[in-house]
Amino acid sequence: MILAQQTMPLFDWSWVGRNLDTIWDRTLEHLRLTGFALVVGLALSIALAALALRKPRTYEPITAVTGIMYTIPSLAVFALARPWFGIGFVTAEIALVSYTLLILIRNIVAGINGVPPGVREAALGMGYRDGERLRRIEFPLALPVIVAGLRIATVTVIGLVTVTSLLGLGGLGFFILDGIRRSVIFPTGIIVGVVLSVALAAILDLVLLAVGRILTPWTRRGAV
Amino acid sequence: MAKDVMIRLVDVTKQFPGAADLAVDGLSLEVGRGQFVTLVGPSGCGKTTTLKMINRIIEPTSGSILIDGRNSLASPAHELRRSIGYVIQQIGLFPHRTIAQNIATVPMLLGWEQPRIDGRVAELADTVGLEDEMLARYPAELSGGQQQRVGVARALAADPPILLADEPFGAVDPIVRTRLQQEFRDLQERLGKTVVFVTHDVDEAIFLGDRMAILNVGGILEQFDTPENILANPGSEFVESFLGGERGLKRLGLLPVTGAELKWGPFVDVSASPTVARATLEEHDVDWLGLLDGTRLLGWVDGSSLDGRSLVDHEPRPFLVTLSSDSSLRTALDAVVTGHARVAVVVDDGVYRGMLDLESIAEEITE
Repeated sequence: MILAQQTMPLFDWSWVGRNLDTIWDRTLEHLRLTGFALVVGLALSIALAALALRKPRTYEPITAVTGIMYTIPSLAVFALARPWFGIGFVTAEIALVSYTLLILIRNIVAGINGVPPGVREAALGMGYRDGERLRRIEFPLALPVIVAGLRIATVTVIGLVTVTSLLGLGGLGFFILDGIRRSVIFPTGIIVGVVLSVALAAILDLVLLAVGRILTPWTRRGAV
Repeated sequence: MAKDVMIRLVDVTKQFPGAADLAVDGLSLEVGRGQFVTLVGPSGCGKTTTLKMINRIIEPTSGSILIDGRNSLASPAHELRRSIGYVIQQIGLFPHRTIAQNIATVPMLLGWEQPRIDGRVAELADTVGLEDEMLARYPAELSGGQQQRVGVARALAADPPILLADEPFGAVDPIVRTRLQQEFRDLQERLGKTVVFVTHDVDEAIFLGDRMAILNVGGILEQFDTPENILANPGSEFVESFLGGERGLKRLGLLPVTGAELKWGPFVDVSASPTVARATLEEHDVDWLGLLDGTRLLGWVDGSSLDGRSLVDHEPRPFLVTLSSDSSLRTALDAVVTGHARVAVVVDDGVYRGMLDLESIAEEITE
């Protein structure tokens, strides 16, 4: 019989005040894990998308494999990767990167394939070589679709990074995990972890939206 | 002769992979330097395929293509294309580049210095009739007609001797289309480019081409000649049916009014005496009299109103139908018929050249 149940306040501002440094460090950790996954994911996706565009027959196997990777739960990935990479950064990033591939590859390929045939034909007729045409005509025109994919991937990865704290990698998931694991649930930690990771996702999403718009000024100037 | 041939197709055949029939069947064709040749025919006649083989967007299965005496395979495809202007129906402007950057495409690829590019862009904007303030805009901010002008300017940017056009005016509305056709024709005459122009519109082909190549399904060349000759003597039943009705009228559309014999008609100088005036009326057996002041046309007066007064005292009335000497006979006929006028007078800058009546037009038709 519990006579005096020890209750925690729903939100303890003083805890936040005492732990500002830690919160900041965890946020930076979160960003690092996210950023690394996105950079590696984007690089791999560009390479695989380029392959799929050059050899259309490879597109289906590529999306099939990355599609399977997308559906494997992150915990399962940790379990699968652990025998080779142990518990830590590499295993976490394998899980994170594997979630970005399908979204990014599909959007890059859709973006490039969405370039109007007339534009492609004109570029060909003007004397662009294949590589130049891809870089200077097709890629810029595909940017809105690619950026849209990058935004989805970013938001997805930020959410998943909270799970990687299970591997002891910190990030904002640390507070959530810590809040749940205490003998008495500590809501302040959970709220800080959740709110900040949601805020981070929202901010990065807006940043990418803004960057995308700056890079594609022509999309906002309509017909006369 | 060989020196004057700009594009020579020798027994060119194209069969697309997996296709049972040939797209182009043993086509041989010569396009002279500075000539405007239209390729026309129904869908599936291989006209676009033929055009795209010239700049190697499509490679022929067999046969050869000589550009200015050189085999088109002699240099890499992208280099060949930079020396050939290309205009297409979808226009294909680069949406992410300003109008100026679009026009500068080929000069940029050729590595021109920026000042030279800027100068060329300004010059071309002027050539095709684009206002300067449009140069900083994006393609989406221009109308279809303006976009097509940019397409033409872009094709001309590096001053290529050859211009290929694939139904460039197919998507613009009919009024703008007529104007663009006229401008394109004028431009070609002014710049002396060799043009190969694909269209499915036989009237466009007739209007634009020095010569027209009529192709039949399967890439078979039915006839290759001047529009006048083809209209006068269609080489096959296919050509005849493809030209459609009103062949005589279409031919009239190609002949200038000055090609018919202009009559002087009952015209006298305003200083002529009343006696001369009456004599002229009787001589021509008409009831109206045209008045001139020297070489300038003043108008006409009703024969019955002629009394003893001097001609200067009559108020001349304007002619219903006046044409300039570069109008076509078809325009003259149309004007006479729709204007319910008996004659059309030909006037250049106020100077009287002569007149046409239905009889003189009819003579041209039956010729």
